[in-house]
Amino acid sequence: MFSYLLRRLLATIPVMLLVAVFVFMLLRLTPGDPAAIIAGDYANDAQIAEIRSKLGLDKPLPVQFMVWLGNMFQGDFGESFFYKKQVGELIAARLEPTLSLSLLTIILTVCIAVPLGTLAAYRQGSWLDRGIMGFSVLGFSLPVFVIGYILIYVFSIQLGWLPVQGYQRISDGVGGWLLRLILPSVALSVIFVAFIARMTRTSVLEVLGEDYIRTARAKGQTESKVLMHHAVRNAAVPIVTVIGLSFAILIGGVVVTESVFNLPGLGLLTVEAVLARDFPTIQAVILLFSFIYVLINLAIDVSYTLLDPRIRY
Amino acid sequence: MEKQNVLEVRNLTVSLPRNADRPNAVENISFTVAPGEIVCVVGESGSGKSVTASAVMGLLPSALNPSAGETLLQGEDTLKASPNRLRDLRGTRMAMIFQEPMTALNPVTRVGDQISEVLEIHTDLSASERRKRAIEIMESVHLPDPEKMVDSFPHQLSGGQRQRIMIAMALVLDPALLIADEPTTALDVTTQAQILKLIKEMQERRGTGVLFITHDFGVVAEIADRIVVMQNGRVVEYGDRDDVLRRPKQPYTQMLMASVPSMTPPDRVPRTGDKAIEVSNLNKIYGRTGWLSKDRIVHAASDVDLFVRKGETLGIVGESGSGKSTVARCIARLIDPTSGSISLHGTDIGTLPQSRLRPHRRKVQIVFQDPYRSLNPRRTIGQSLIEAPVNFGVPVEQARKTARDLMELVGLSGDALERYPHQFSGGQRQRICIARALAVEPEVLIADEAVSALDVSVQAQVLELLDDIRERYDLAMLFITHDLRVAAQICDRLIVMKKGVIVEQGPTKKVYSDPQHEYTRLLLDAAPGRDVTFGSDTAA
Amino acid sequence: MTTAAISPGSQTLRRMLANPSVIIGGLLVLAILLMGLLAPVLGTRDPADISPKDRNQPPGYETTVRDNSGAKVPVVYRLGSDTLGRDVYSRIVYGARISLVVGISVAAISIVIGMAIGVLAGYVRWLDGIIMRIMDGLMAIPAILLAIAVVSLFSAGLTSVIIAIVVPEVPRVVRLVRSIVLSIREEPYVEAAITAGTRTPVLLVRHILPNTIAPLIVQGTFIVASAIIVEAILSFLGIGIPPEIPTWGNIMAEGRAVFQLYPHNIFYPGLVLALTVLAVNMLGDGLRDTLDPRFAKRV
Repeated sequence: MFSYLLRRLLATIPVMLLVAVFVFMLLRLTPGDPAAIIAGDYANDAQIAEIRSKLGLDKPLPVQFMVWLGNMFQGDFGESFFYKKQVGELIAARLEPTLSLSLLTIILTVCIAVPLGTLAAYRQGSWLDRGIMGFSVLGFSLPVFVIGYILIYVFSIQLGWLPVQGYQRISDGVGGWLLRLILPSVALSVIFVAFIARMTRTSVLEVLGEDYIRTARAKGQTESKVLMHHAVRNAAVPIVTVIGLSFAILIGGVVVTESVFNLPGLGLLTVEAVLARDFPTIQAVILLFSFIYVLINLAIDVSYTLLDPRIRY
Repeated sequence: MEKQNVLEVRNLTVSLPRNADRPNAVENISFTVAPGEIVCVVGESGSGKSVTASAVMGLLPSALNPSAGETLLQGEDTLKASPNRLRDLRGTRMAMIFQEPMTALNPVTRVGDQISEVLEIHTDLSASERRKRAIEIMESVHLPDPEKMVDSFPHQLSGGQRQRIMIAMALVLDPALLIADEPTTALDVTTQAQILKLIKEMQERRGTGVLFITHDFGVVAEIADRIVVMQNGRVVEYGDRDDVLRRPKQPYTQMLMASVPSMTPPDRVPRTGDKAIEVSNLNKIYGRTGWLSKDRIVHAASDVDLFVRKGETLGIVGESGSGKSTVARCIARLIDPTSGSISLHGTDIGTLPQSRLRPHRRKVQIVFQDPYRSLNPRRTIGQSLIEAPVNFGVPVEQARKTARDLMELVGLSGDALERYPHQFSGGQRQRICIARALAVEPEVLIADEAVSALDVSVQAQVLELLDDIRERYDLAMLFITHDLRVAAQICDRLIVMKKGVIVEQGPTKKVYSDPQHEYTRLLLDAAPGRDVTFGSDTAA
Repeated sequence: MTTAAISPGSQTLRRMLANPSVIIGGLLVLAILLMGLLAPVLGTRDPADISPKDRNQPPGYETTVRDNSGAKVPVVYRLGSDTLGRDVYSRIVYGARISLVVGISVAAISIVIGMAIGVLAGYVRWLDGIIMRIMDGLMAIPAILLAIAVVSLFSAGLTSVIIAIVVPEVPRVVRLVRSIVLSIREEPYVEAAITAGTRTPVLLVRHILPNTIAPLIVQGTFIVASAIIVEAILSFLGIGIPPEIPTWGNIMAEGRAVFQLYPHNIFYPGLVLALTVLAVNMLGDGLRDTLDPRFAKRV
């Protein structure tokens, strides 16, 4: 088990390295002097020169890359020239809203999507199935910011049940924290529920066509137990895979949702950084998000060994 | 007074959906199964034999509806039983085993739990008692070390062991009726022999009535008490084993019996022509060991030597994993041999790079097992047939003319060139594939299980065609098969392979009558129904 | 069975035209295409026309403007006006052009690039490992972040937005094409063509690539849908198409600040955007079910 984990962890290194190379090249691919870009529009020549030497931009590219990577490993993500702060601090301050939103969304999604998908597969062809699938296509087509504004309009402006926008730290009271996160996480989860319900349905349907389902029926097993003990149990691996893959969409959705609901998280930070052309921050955020994504999928790969005895380490 | 029949099927009709090629999957069929009796339902694909079995169990797909008749399980009509009642009956009074032991067991559940699931559904036994019963029944189907195996997952067992688990699961509550749907078709011949023996033993010991579905007349001859012959959804003939097998009354049954290849090879004149192809020291190794990887090395073929003379058929027989197909694919250079030489008229094509290999490809052609995947579905038969000749410089018009002639040679109309593969049956497609192979006038024709996917009557025709063209074109034919009956009839010489190694070779007749290697003897002994000569008493 | 040659293609076409999703989705997509093409004659005005006195008016607002000759002509703001007094209806109608151009060109470009790379990966063994690692690397960056990163490189504009959306789509096409090539090259009919001496380029074009057409049409439709959404997101966030160009995302971005008072600036373009994406997705769903049942199972 340990050597398997080690091997899987080592296997993510090339991927992460490629991401790092890409993120690093980002700044070098821009037309113009990277130092001038980092310094921003109002910097003078002396400041630009200082940045150039500080970042080693006068050295050859591979050397710059190694220096940059080395700094990253030490937790030094550079300094934001827009906020005049260490990028590391900046990120730490913005972590809580993003984590809260993502976690709530995932919980909401899994609790709704997997049962819906299973139900649709079980009642394949019925009005229930068609309804769930119709909702799924619709959910897939409604952009998260449109849903967000509809929700705000109905529940906050018209009904006045929930706060319009903003965030409250969890340390200032769980109630207020949750109240402000309800709309964002519902808005964000719509597309996932659509996606995961559909994939769950496909996986369960596929399993229901397998020979061992017929075997279970030939034993005299009841339909509900055939579904729960045999079908869903076997569909678990593809379902979990899809949940893992959808984290990529989740991260994209976080950026938009935080903008709509004005949540001061990493997503909003990304947009602010892009608008300000604050490259150290953009690089750090992309690297961080990608790293989290790779780790999540690693964790999911490892979870296969628990879900399916055929996959061995 | 006779005991009550375990199963009585009376005038059963199951209708097909409206757009199917015939109105009913099975029509007006009747037969009985008595306690302690094995009744074989035999027929070619599409005869409706599996539908019959599923109808009794109440496991028909929703598109198929029983529209008339009854299926009486110990007097109780399962067609009219409520879903709840059916569930009660399944596992307790009727049980079923399936063709694919690889997929019929739930891959994520321990085999012991899958057996005890039956007990959990139908009895009040405690968990520990269920486990005890599971171990007992596993022991009685002769699984090694059941105390340990009860906690295994299906993928840890061999195909034969899994089928034993299926049988144990089916018999744990001593049902009156066991339905076996092609239970040995996916197994190797030696494993098949063991499973057949087990089914017979269990049935005798417990007095179970068995409804056994199969397409293999060898298997029928081995275990049947009585036989139901089906064709296109109807019962053609129904009677005692010896009557049906030796003295069939109906023309269809007679034709089937005449199509079953005999286990006795005919006399063949040894071929003395030049060697068309010679293979020496052929090796194929799969897999690599590397840093942090645990790939196993598989020696799929080790030091294989063989040659085929012009006008001669060399057979390679063996079970799955014997390396027989690997050898064929190496010779056709569809895979690259790890080492060794393949000599065509003194040119070694075994190690030629792809670019220089191309002119030689013409000389070796291959016919594959699956007729449904051997032709590009998007291209007409004509386009498929002229592809190779045109590649080798034949003008299109001339190639089309040759294609017409070849179609007629293989028994199809030349007009069929304009049609697409999906408009032909499996047997017809295999003929087209043979025509395609002949289009470039090859010297060596490889038939890789080329008749294995075909029904027995079609198989006989295609075998005859292959033998004809070998004679007519003085072809060297390499015939790969797992079927010892087919091999007996078509091969001049035979090579027996096991785990990548040639264990025995010689003239077919000699190998069958006087096998030298222990494994060859094992294979021959395992061939089902080897002592039965089908339709023997009708010829007179 | 008739004696006539029934090509597999004609059967698929017939199945396709009998599928309600294909018909409804297709007609809706056609309607939106026409809307974009015929924008000038659909009762629109110059979408960039600013009118400070008519800012933030509700749908149906009527007023008069002076035309070139100085005469007063009555005008109706069917869907209201934005914070600069521009006609939201005209901006939405013209906005269809950008969405469609982005959607279709992203799909076309990513399929062409993805197909070329996918075939290389599927057929040239030593390249496979390298290509797939690079694709894994690209796929490890969440699509919208990758797009944001790319737009941040270039100055805002249509081309940079298209490039930004193409980059994350390419690896997905590569994976699809590669997996089809890998599975089809094992088919006996391909092996038969190899023994028939067919050269590799011909083999690819004749026997292997036709199998990618159906899945790629389906995939292409879904790419159109997601590209339209991503473009709207980028514009909405203010990092996509420059704000003076009318796009659905830009109209919404414009309306954000005054949303609580004038929600129509967000709702109407949002509605049209959702309807467009829904239409494309329905078309894709229908095409998947009819063109490529195997793919339908996979996804």
